[in-house]
Amino acid sequence: MSELTPPTPPPVDPGAEPPAGPAVGRDEWVAREGERRAARHPWIGTVEGRLRRVPWWAWLTLFVAAGALMPAFESSGYVRLVAFETVIYMVLALGLNLIVGWAGLLDLGYIAYFGVGSYVYAIFDSPKFGFHVPTIVLIPAATIIGALVGLCVGLPSRRLSGDYLAIMTLFFLELFETVATNGNQIFGHNITGGSFGISNVSPLSFFGHRLAVEHQGIFAVSYYYIAIVMFVIIFVTLRFANLSRTGRAWRSLREDTLAAEVMGMPVNWLKLLSFATGAGVAALAGTVTTALNASVYPLNFSPVVMITIYAMVILGGIGSQWGAVLGAILISVLLQVLQNPGQARALFYLGVIVGVIAMFRFSLRLAAVVAATAVFGVVVHAVAASYHHSWVDGAHGGVAGVLGDWVVVPVQLAPWVGQVAYLLLLIGMLCVTQLRGWLRIVALPPTLYLAGFVWENLMIPNPGPARYIILGLLLIVLMIVRPNGLLGERRVEIT
Amino acid sequence: MGERLLEIDKVSLAFGGLTSVSGLDLHVDEGEIVSVIGPNGAGKTTLFNLITGIYNPDEGDIRVAGRSIVGMQPHEITGLGIARTFQTLRLFLNMTVKENVMAAAYGHTKAGIFRSMIRTPGMRREEREISELAEQKLAFFGQRLMGYRWNQPAYSLSYANRRRLEIARATATNPRLLLLDEPAAGMNPVETHEITELIGQLRTEGGYTILVIEHDMHVVEGISDRVVALDHGVKIAEGSFTQVATDPLVVEAYLGLGTMDTK
Repeated sequence: MSELTPPTPPPVDPGAEPPAGPAVGRDEWVAREGERRAARHPWIGTVEGRLRRVPWWAWLTLFVAAGALMPAFESSGYVRLVAFETVIYMVLALGLNLIVGWAGLLDLGYIAYFGVGSYVYAIFDSPKFGFHVPTIVLIPAATIIGALVGLCVGLPSRRLSGDYLAIMTLFFLELFETVATNGNQIFGHNITGGSFGISNVSPLSFFGHRLAVEHQGIFAVSYYYIAIVMFVIIFVTLRFANLSRTGRAWRSLREDTLAAEVMGMPVNWLKLLSFATGAGVAALAGTVTTALNASVYPLNFSPVVMITIYAMVILGGIGSQWGAVLGAILISVLLQVLQNPGQARALFYLGVIVGVIAMFRFSLRLAAVVAATAVFGVVVHAVAASYHHSWVDGAHGGVAGVLGDWVVVPVQLAPWVGQVAYLLLLIGMLCVTQLRGWLRIVALPPTLYLAGFVWENLMIPNPGPARYIILGLLLIVLMIVRPNGLLGERRVEIT
Repeated sequence: MGERLLEIDKVSLAFGGLTSVSGLDLHVDEGEIVSVIGPNGAGKTTLFNLITGIYNPDEGDIRVAGRSIVGMQPHEITGLGIARTFQTLRLFLNMTVKENVMAAAYGHTKAGIFRSMIRTPGMRREEREISELAEQKLAFFGQRLMGYRWNQPAYSLSYANRRRLEIARATATNPRLLLLDEPAAGMNPVETHEITELIGQLRTEGGYTILVIEHDMHVVEGISDRVVALDHGVKIAEGSFTQVATDPLVVEAYLGLGTMDTK
């Protein structure tokens, strides 16, 4: 034993820089990853380092200033309304990020709290029951009621985690929708207005002054500013909460629930707290939205909206506040842009081209695939045209130019052709992902052509569902490229 | 020796038909270092799980400083001054090294969520105290967990440093009794020697009473005031290291029946 003298540690110097000598051991190697990357790209490294030193509140100020100046340059009521909705989405994504990203609880009922806030506002400030509670009281009250509902949902499910919790909360969302839809006969009283909802909800009022939602038929920009103020408050308070004892405990229970409990953290209470806080945020967002819409329907709180908000949080990077904000902006704007067939078409083909380039990089094989796809299309088009001109004379969404000579768009598409094309496309995609080598190169041109055919004939005439399909495809591609989301930190699950 | 800190009184626990611990008596006095040894499956880790409230005993009583803890939640037991490390490391891997230690101060700090959201002066003072506490606990390991490592995620640490971080995290709960589950597992001889010295320092400098599970007999010999040997959930020997190590029952448990005759 005596010959094993432990190395004498150097004197303790808190906050010391890493020793300058050669890096020894795993810790040093990992710690210097950033340095090595910076050394490879000196210029990018410097810029990255500078940007990282900018404090978060400076970013927030910049971001809010840019947002607040937007109406000065954009007078369109439509664009302003979309901006308002985007800010509401940002608030919702921040609240969901708390529950899912920090506390690590898979809450699929989150949108129901948004509904609770909406209905509370609608019931207490509308002619329905003649209540007109001042906004300054009603908004905090709705937030607290939302938080309490979150607490109640948490109570029976606080011992659950993962998939079980997800099913439980999804059930709660269904329950909420059912109650809202059938709420016109609760013990003989009409409370929620059933599937017609509650209309004529009063706008926000401050000190007896009603804030009109429209100004000469155009969206009143004051609501946009109210939403921004709400966003700043939520962003800052949640950030502070995360960097506190409670926030650390949330993240601890996400990492290892048992260890957190044994280290003195009351895990069940912390779960309830995260449910309630997130629910309060969602309810708050619900009040302002309802005041602007002047109405509320059960359909506003469908699972589709829920999934959209999840997509925002996941796209941005779970656990990152800026990620949630970025995800909300991207998806909200994309959903609007995709409603226009021309823009949607551009995005679709851009996505396909980027995907193919990512698959082959710039190589001879890429050139071969592109050439083969072009020739394949032209030949199919020529064959179809020689058979009968009605086969290629369709004009859904106005295909023009080169594309018009490539993709076959019949005037009348038999329903079975569409279904078969869908099926073939799925098979083709399966082949492309499963096959390797030259077989994949052979399978790719017909698959790409089929994708174009399905898009032009089936999706362009139905922009509603099509935009969600495009959104889903973009998400899949992004998750493959960056599994942690756009701004997510690298994470390990097991080591 | 001081006050009787931990008292395990005829505790039994069975999983279905499998008896994991049966009729176990054990006590730890203030200021002692007690080692628990025994072959794999002897019930050592189950004993720790019983003390920390992860399992509840079927029979018997467990008392901390005279107070029964049976039926209490694990975090309440931690509040009474018991902290542990895990044999299979259970760090908060995606949090920073310093945050791992700061998180464990939850039990003896107070700031609620509303105070945290608006950062009241009291909350900020408490945060500074937590931060200083964490730095002090990490400084216990010399330079190894200091400086730039504070802001590194815990997954970037080497295995030995993860073991050290687990001990630092456990001490941040301000415990009186520290339960260490195989602190030297997976360490090289130099690191094992270091851990032996460290456990001694935890008592002399930190003032902790220590109950430790260990397989490495050099470590057990170097640190223990008293050694308890378990086999099949039953205490088979207790006493000084030499007494236990030469006990025929212990030798039999480790080497098998009849080994002495054939050699």
